[in-house]
Amino acid sequence: MSAQGTPAIAAYRFPASRAAQITFALLAVYVVYALTQLDVSLERVQQGMAHAGRFLGRMIPPNFARSELLWSGLAESLQIAVLASALGIVLALPFGLLGARNLMPAWVSWPARLVVVLARSFHPVVVAILFVKAVGFGALAGILALTVASIGFIGKLFTEAIEEVSIKEVEAVRATGAPFTSVLAFGVLPQVFSRFIGFATYQLDSNLRNSTMVGIVGAGGIGGTLFAAFQRFDYDFVSAILISIIALIMAGEVLATAVRRIFIDNATLRQLFRGGTPVHRPLDDD
Amino acid sequence: MATAVSPLPAGAREWRRFTPAQRVGRFAIYLLLVVAIVASLRTIEVIPEFLYDAPEQVVDLLTRMWPVAWSYYPRGVHAALMETIHIASLGTLLALLLATPVGILAAHRLVPLWPVNWAARLILVASRSVNSLVWALIFVGIFGPGPLAGTLAIAFRSIGFVGKLVGEALDETHAGPIEALRAAGAPWLSLLSFGYWPQVRPAFWSIALFRFDINVRESAVLGLVGAGGIGMTLDSALNLFQWDRVALILVAMFAVVIAAEIGVTQVRKRLL
Amino acid sequence: MSDALIIRRLSKAYVPGKPVLHDIDVEIAAEGVIAIIGPSGTGKSTLIRCINRLVEPSSGEILFDGKDLARVSGVALRHARRQIGMVFQEYNLVERLTVMENLLCGRLGYVAPWRAWRRKFPPADIERALALLDTVGLAGFANRRADALSGGQRQRVGIARAVMQQPRLMLADEPTSSLDPKTSVEIMELLAGVARSHRIPVLINMHDVALARRFADRILGMSGGRIVFDGPPQGLSDTMLKQIYGGEDWLH
Repeated sequence: MSAQGTPAIAAYRFPASRAAQITFALLAVYVVYALTQLDVSLERVQQGMAHAGRFLGRMIPPNFARSELLWSGLAESLQIAVLASALGIVLALPFGLLGARNLMPAWVSWPARLVVVLARSFHPVVVAILFVKAVGFGALAGILALTVASIGFIGKLFTEAIEEVSIKEVEAVRATGAPFTSVLAFGVLPQVFSRFIGFATYQLDSNLRNSTMVGIVGAGGIGGTLFAAFQRFDYDFVSAILISIIALIMAGEVLATAVRRIFIDNATLRQLFRGGTPVHRPLDDD
Repeated sequence: MATAVSPLPAGAREWRRFTPAQRVGRFAIYLLLVVAIVASLRTIEVIPEFLYDAPEQVVDLLTRMWPVAWSYYPRGVHAALMETIHIASLGTLLALLLATPVGILAAHRLVPLWPVNWAARLILVASRSVNSLVWALIFVGIFGPGPLAGTLAIAFRSIGFVGKLVGEALDETHAGPIEALRAAGAPWLSLLSFGYWPQVRPAFWSIALFRFDINVRESAVLGLVGAGGIGMTLDSALNLFQWDRVALILVAMFAVVIAAEIGVTQVRKRLL
Repeated sequence: MSDALIIRRLSKAYVPGKPVLHDIDVEIAAEGVIAIIGPSGTGKSTLIRCINRLVEPSSGEILFDGKDLARVSGVALRHARRQIGMVFQEYNLVERLTVMENLLCGRLGYVAPWRAWRRKFPPADIERALALLDTVGLAGFANRRADALSGGQRQRVGIARAVMQQPRLMLADEPTSSLDPKTSVEIMELLAGVARSHRIPVLINMHDVALARRFADRILGMSGGRIVFDGPPQGLSDTMLKQIYGGEDWLH
C-alpha cells in the first residue's frame, strides 16, 4: 500500500451503487408507511399464524367425498374456458386487425383500439358481476365475461404483432401483383402466426384460471362450489377443490406447451413425448 | 417449416408443406379443439328467459348508473383506492422477496439437486394455479377480513408468476462469465451476485413492474371477498343496489389502472 | 526450482471407450510461456480445463501446491482455483459490470460474498486493480462497461482479472482465436510479460503456430490426445509439424 495510491482508492466509487442505495432507502420508507396505513401489526400477524395452524389442520386430509359436485363444477369451468377462448379469439381477430395503424386509417383504428382497451381495463370478476346482472346467474355470464377479457388481451397483442411486421416482406408480395387477401395470407400472416399461437395459448391458460373463480360472483364454474364450501367451513372439501384446480391448470399448461411446440416448432407427436429442452418463449407483454 | 419431397413413380415430384408425422400432430390438436368446443356447447346450460331479458336488463343497468355519484368519492372511495394501491405494492414487494429464493432453488443450473428443483417448481405452479381471489378467501379465513389478507393473497399469487419468469431468465444467461468466476474460485453466493444477477437484473425489474401492473387490477377486486381495498366498497354498493356508486367505483378502478400503467411505462423508460 | 504443476497419466473420455486424452504426463517448471499446439479436437482444451477442473478427468493425477487437483472438492477446490488464473477465448467478462468490477471478480475467491456484494473490497485490491489497468494499457477505463469494449480490450481485462488473483499458474484457452493478427500479438506480449514479471508458468492453448514459436519458451505438441512433442520452439521442425497436424498445404 503506497501513500500515493490512497487518494485514488478514496475517490473510487462504484457507479451504480449510489442510485441503488437511494432507491432501496425510498422503498424501505414506503414499506413502513404503507404497513402503518394498512394497520398491520405484529400481534395481528402472530394471531394469524396461530389461526393458520388450525386452518391447515382442518384442510388436511382433503375430502373428495362429494366428487359429483366437484366434477360438475370443474367440467363447467372447463366449458367456460373453452367457449370463452374460442369466442374471444374469433372476435378479437377482427378488432385486432382493425386496430392496426399500419394497415387501417385512423378513423377505423382508434375506435377499434378503444374497444380493446376498455375490454382490458376491468377485472374479469367485475365484468362477470355486470353480466350476471344482464343475463342472470350461470355459465353464460362467465363465458361472456371471459370473452371480453380475451378480446382485450388478444386484440391488443394481435394489433401489436401486426404493427411490428416487416413491411419489406409485405411489399415483396404486393410487388408480385397478388390480391389483397393473398398479400395478407403470404406477407402478413406468416409473420404474426407464431406470436398469435403464443398468446392464444396463454389466453386459454388464463381463461382456465379465471374460470375457476368467476363462480364466486355467480358466473358459473367451480368457483361457486368453492365459495360455498368456505362459507360452510368445509375446509377439507376446500382443499380437495384446490388440489383439483391445481391439477386442472397444470394439465392446461402441458396442453398449451404442446400446442405451441406443434404449431410453432413443427414438432411431431413423437418429439413431444420424448421431451427434451423446452423451447423458451418470452411472455408477450401485456 | 420442414418440407418432404417424395418422388412419385411417374417421375413427377410432390411438395408437401408438412411431413406426415407433423400433420398427425396438427390434426390431433384441431380435433381436440373441435371436440372441446362442440362438447361444451352441448352441455352448457343457458336459460333462454334470461337471454331474452338481457337487453332490457342492460338498459336498466345503465339508467341506474347514471348520473354517476361523484360526490361519494372523497368520503367513500378515496381511502379505499389508496388502500388498494398499498395492497398491490406491498404484495408485489413481498412476492419479490419470497420468489427469489424459490426461483433460485428451482433453477437446476444454480442448484443442481433435482428433488429440490422439483419441489420448488411445484410450489411455483401451485402458487399461480390458485387465483388471487381464492388466495384472498384463504387468507381472510386465517387472518380475518382486511388488507392484510389482501396483501398476502397478492404476494402468494405473484410468487409463481415471478418465480417462473425469473427462472426462464436464469436459463437464458450466458455460461461463459459464470465459468470464468468458477475458475477463479468464487464461492456460490458470489457466483450468484457477480455472475447471474448482473445478467438477469433488467429482466427481473421488468417482470416486477409487469406483475405490479397486473396486481393493481387484481387488488381492486379482492375486497369482494373481504380482503380490503376498493373491492369492499364495491361489494357494499352492489349489495345495496346503489348502481350510481357502483359506476363511480368502476370509473375509479379504471382511472387507477390507467395511472398505474402510465407510471409503470415511465419507470420502464427510465430504468430499462 | 521445484515444479509448479505435475500431471501424471491424465486421461479423459467424454464417451466411454473413446478417450480424448491418453495418459498425459507433463511437468511444468516454475516460469515461462508454455504453448500447447495441435489440431482441433485433439484434446488441447480438455487438457487445460482438466487442470482447474472445469472438466472432470477420468483418471490420473494433477499435483499442484502439494494437492492432487483431480481429487479435491468443495472449499479445497475453490482455494486451489483461486491460485490458478484463466483467460478464455470468448473473454467471459460479465458484460453488464464495469471494467473495475470485472477485475475485482478475480478476488472473489478471497473476499467473503457479503462484502463482495456490497463492493467492500480491500483497498489493496483496488489499488492493485488500478495499477494493473495501467499495465495492460487500459488506464482510465475503470468505469466503462465491459460490453462497450472492443475484443482486444476485453481480453486485456480478462488477463488483468486473472492476474488479480495473484495466481501461481496461468491458463489460457485459445486467448487470441477471436482477435485480429495485430491484437493477437499484443495479447501474447501481455501474457509473456505476465510470465516474466510474476515469474509464473503460463500455459497457453493455441492454434497459431507462428505465434507459438515467437512467444513460447516451451512447446507441447499434441496429436490424437497424446503429447508428441515437448521442447523449445527451435526444435519444432516442419516434419514434426506435419506429424502433429497432418497434411502439407497449410505449411506454405
